[in-house]
Amino acid sequence: MARPASLSVAHRWLLWSEWRAYPGRALAAVLAIALGVALGFAVHLVNASALGEFDKAMHSVSGSADLEIRSANAFGFDEMLYPRVARLPGLDVSPVVALSALVDDKIQVSLEGVDVLRAGGMGQGASDGGAEGLADFLSGRSVYLSAAALSAAGRKVGDSMTLGANGHAIQVRIAGTLPSRANTNAVTMDIAAAQWRFGMLGRLQRLEIRLAPGIGTAGAMRMIRAVLPPDAIVTDTASEAARNDGLSAAYRVNLDMLALIALLTGGFLVYSAQSLSVARRRAQFALLRVLGMQRKKVLGQVLTEASVLGVVGAGAGVALGLGLASLALNLLGGDLGGGYFHGNAPQLVFAPWAAAIFGLLGVGAAVLGSMVPALAASRILPALAIKNAGDAVDPRVRARPWRAVVCLVGALLASLLPAVGGIALFGYVAMALLLAGGVMLMPWLARALVSPLRHVPLRHVPFRLATARLWGAPSQASVALAGIVASTALTVAMAVMVTSFRGSVERWLGDVLQADVYLIAEGGRGGFDAATLERMRKVPGVAWLGVLKETPLQFDARRPAVTLLARTLTGPGGHLALMGSRITVPAGATAVWVSEPASRIYHWKPGDTLTLPLPGSPKARVAGVWRDYARQHGAIVMDEGTYARLTGDRSRTSVSVLLAPGANSDTVVAGLRSAVGPGGGGVTVSRPQDIRRQALEAFDRSFLITYLLEGIAVCVGLAGVAATIGAQVLSRIREFGMLRHVGALRGDLVRMLLIEGALLGLVGGIAGVALGVAMSQVLIHVVNPQSFHWTMDTLLPWPLLGWVIAGLAVATSGTALVVGRSVLSADAVRAVREDW
Amino acid sequence: MLNVTGLVKTVPGGRTLFERLDLSLARGEFVAVTGESGAGKSTLLNLVAGLDSPDAGSVCIDGTDIAGLDDDGRTRLRRDRIGFVFQAFHVLPHLDLAHNVALPLALQGHDAHASLVAAEAMLASVGLGGRGDAYPRELSGGELQRVAVARALVHRPGLILADEPTGNLDPDTAARTLALFVDQVRHAGAAVLLVTHSTVAASAADRTLVLSPTGLVERG
Repeated sequence: MARPASLSVAHRWLLWSEWRAYPGRALAAVLAIALGVALGFAVHLVNASALGEFDKAMHSVSGSADLEIRSANAFGFDEMLYPRVARLPGLDVSPVVALSALVDDKIQVSLEGVDVLRAGGMGQGASDGGAEGLADFLSGRSVYLSAAALSAAGRKVGDSMTLGANGHAIQVRIAGTLPSRANTNAVTMDIAAAQWRFGMLGRLQRLEIRLAPGIGTAGAMRMIRAVLPPDAIVTDTASEAARNDGLSAAYRVNLDMLALIALLTGGFLVYSAQSLSVARRRAQFALLRVLGMQRKKVLGQVLTEASVLGVVGAGAGVALGLGLASLALNLLGGDLGGGYFHGNAPQLVFAPWAAAIFGLLGVGAAVLGSMVPALAASRILPALAIKNAGDAVDPRVRARPWRAVVCLVGALLASLLPAVGGIALFGYVAMALLLAGGVMLMPWLARALVSPLRHVPLRHVPFRLATARLWGAPSQASVALAGIVASTALTVAMAVMVTSFRGSVERWLGDVLQADVYLIAEGGRGGFDAATLERMRKVPGVAWLGVLKETPLQFDARRPAVTLLARTLTGPGGHLALMGSRITVPAGATAVWVSEPASRIYHWKPGDTLTLPLPGSPKARVAGVWRDYARQHGAIVMDEGTYARLTGDRSRTSVSVLLAPGANSDTVVAGLRSAVGPGGGGVTVSRPQDIRRQALEAFDRSFLITYLLEGIAVCVGLAGVAATIGAQVLSRIREFGMLRHVGALRGDLVRMLLIEGALLGLVGGIAGVALGVAMSQVLIHVVNPQSFHWTMDTLLPWPLLGWVIAGLAVATSGTALVVGRSVLSADAVRAVREDW
Repeated sequence: MLNVTGLVKTVPGGRTLFERLDLSLARGEFVAVTGESGAGKSTLLNLVAGLDSPDAGSVCIDGTDIAGLDDDGRTRLRRDRIGFVFQAFHVLPHLDLAHNVALPLALQGHDAHASLVAAEAMLASVGLGGRGDAYPRELSGGELQRVAVARALVHRPGLILADEPTGNLDPDTAARTLALFVDQVRHAGAAVLLVTHSTVAASAADRTLVLSPTGLVERG
């Protein structure tokens, strides 16, 4: 007997027969979703794996400490803080001296001086020793190396080596390895020996604190803050994690969003495929309604199709994403070329929850992409549609752009909203709304662009037929173009942003690289001391010598450190390119100039007074803001003389030199190297053109993944436009048959399809480029300033934009031509008599 | 079986197709409706099937006034009690003949096997026995219309609505298909409302009515 509740038999028959008849269309939709999910999932997996590795590395440094007091600058804090903190109740405190060092004058390592008796419980214990070994260790004659440092130095346990830091070098024996720091270049020695041998007497960089049972983190931090000097900060594991996360959060969100937009493009392709499929089966759905299929069952039929395609696509996408993530980790590293993490490629970690979420997003994109066509299918008027199996378009119906206008206004409003937790959430919302609004505007735009062509006094019949169709059925043109407009817009937006960014960076490099030669002291060398700098100034051929000291300053425990740049601000190479307003600081006050990212992150503006986390906590006035693309987390410039006065530090990390007219660069560099010391070791010499090349190479490397995502989006879009136009041409076979019956030559129809395809591509290209340029403005003026804290000037890559439009016109007309030629055979003549 | 009372229908533009049209069909009765092109023959069928709404009047099938049903209710009524035959055959090209014929049973919720067995039997009764696994493209126009007849009868509806069922066929094929159609509906005991231009097709009916703006007039 009948079971009215179940229509699964009919559903199954209809689904299966559709896919069997058109496997290519189903496959295209599955691929579009699979690629979107794969990109999103792969980017997420790579980010999660890299962050996991980074967290492990951070954990191996701080061990299992609950809290950490760290110096807000490179000079360390007064070691008398240690007994003050150790006396607080419920705290088990271990002091640490941390330095950047060189092994054998070539291998960069992080050197930690620890109290070996207290550090045993801090996870920094060495692997072997003995009474004699302990005596050696405590006297600073022996050290422990991580396996990575041992391997990099080409040494083994028992060997001797040179250890240099802070301008001092000593001979030490390798007493053993550090299992807890296996993957990082690390050296551990006794804390007192480290202070004594490397000029750090009385200073500490960290205090690691474990809380006794029953002592809460918040209470302990309050207690510690009461005794903390301004040049030290206390952090807990949460703020440490936030700081690590903050290092690359915006970059990762940016990639995640790009991947999601690729998924959105996939959704538009599903929309195109399903819309055509519904249009082609209009009469079939009408028949099903006449035979007794309820409206909601028709809706369910189309949505079930989309869900199955989405599930298959999402499953394939998760598998593909896993493979892509593994490949990307090996080829590009954990930051996908972004330059945020260093060291070995992290191990891929499968994330089942993320797989489920991206899988659901894939199914969601497929279902949402099918919602409009499904509703159209369910609203078909059976009596009308069954009589008229062909095109149901009424050219008199006006395109109504109000939905598009609502989306575009929404995008404008969203772009005015601030960042949420440092993430440009509303910027991405604005981009999605622009994309949706742009696609919705297509019918109106297609008609508006084609309308003037209808009045061209040309008696060329194929041209008139082509323009009449595009003008009369703009919504069908829009369906074909939805996917390609979305992917073109995304590509153009990214291309404009990257071109603008690259152009601004090039201009900025031109501003900052004013000297002829740069000498940089390698870490561990301790920089150039005052005597060395004086010798360098006297080298023949040196017309002007500027100095720079880079040192980190921690203003906020939850943010990465700001870089303090103490540099020469006078003379021909001392110019600082300022943006916006500037003030004159009163005599006697300390002036600092903050970088654009520092100004945006900390809301500093000219005239503000800052307390610098330097010894003595000096005050400084912000005199201006300067453009900087090198330090995303902010930088402050100060005159190097003022810095020396405030800190007593006269060592400098790098030197820039302007050559005297006629001086030979190589001779001067040789002289400068001699001035540094015998052999001139531990110094890197760079010329502006090398720095410029390396900087732009690093820039291109960091955008490699962006280019890849763009390329994939374009491929998905082009595949979609080919499939869509192909399907549209195939669905018009009876129209072609009729035209052949009334006397149109095969060549006329080929020309008509060629013109139609070219016009379609041009309309899509123009719309995609216009939308892309609009989206790029959101990226440039909203997403970048909110995520990365810098601004840039818009530069349009005109040749690329021209190629995009021309390429689309060629692709669409080519597809229409190829498919058209195959259907414009005798079949077309016969098709006019076929049932459907 | 079918009671149409006081039906009024105007089309966009204000033209009245019919005013106060009355029509009754008893179970097993075969009525043909003829009329000029544009007289509203197909619209009458759409109104009876609940695919279009009248401006006034009522359509009752087996005592159920379809005006009182919502879209789902009218759909269920069509699915369970009405069979359709169209001028264009409207056979789904991607389904084989057995699945095409079995579609109304599948839509009613019958299981696949039972539906296909019934469809094969129905195909045999219209002279297409053993061809259930063939696809529509392999058939001639006459054969396709026989498939459509089989589909219209497979779920044993009480009322068959036929719109120019022989309009796409040559005279000989049309005659053979019509004979088979009449034979099958008589055998099934269904009432038939046939709209047609063809006097040959109309002559097979128990009575013939002519549709005009004033209503239906019995042809003598």
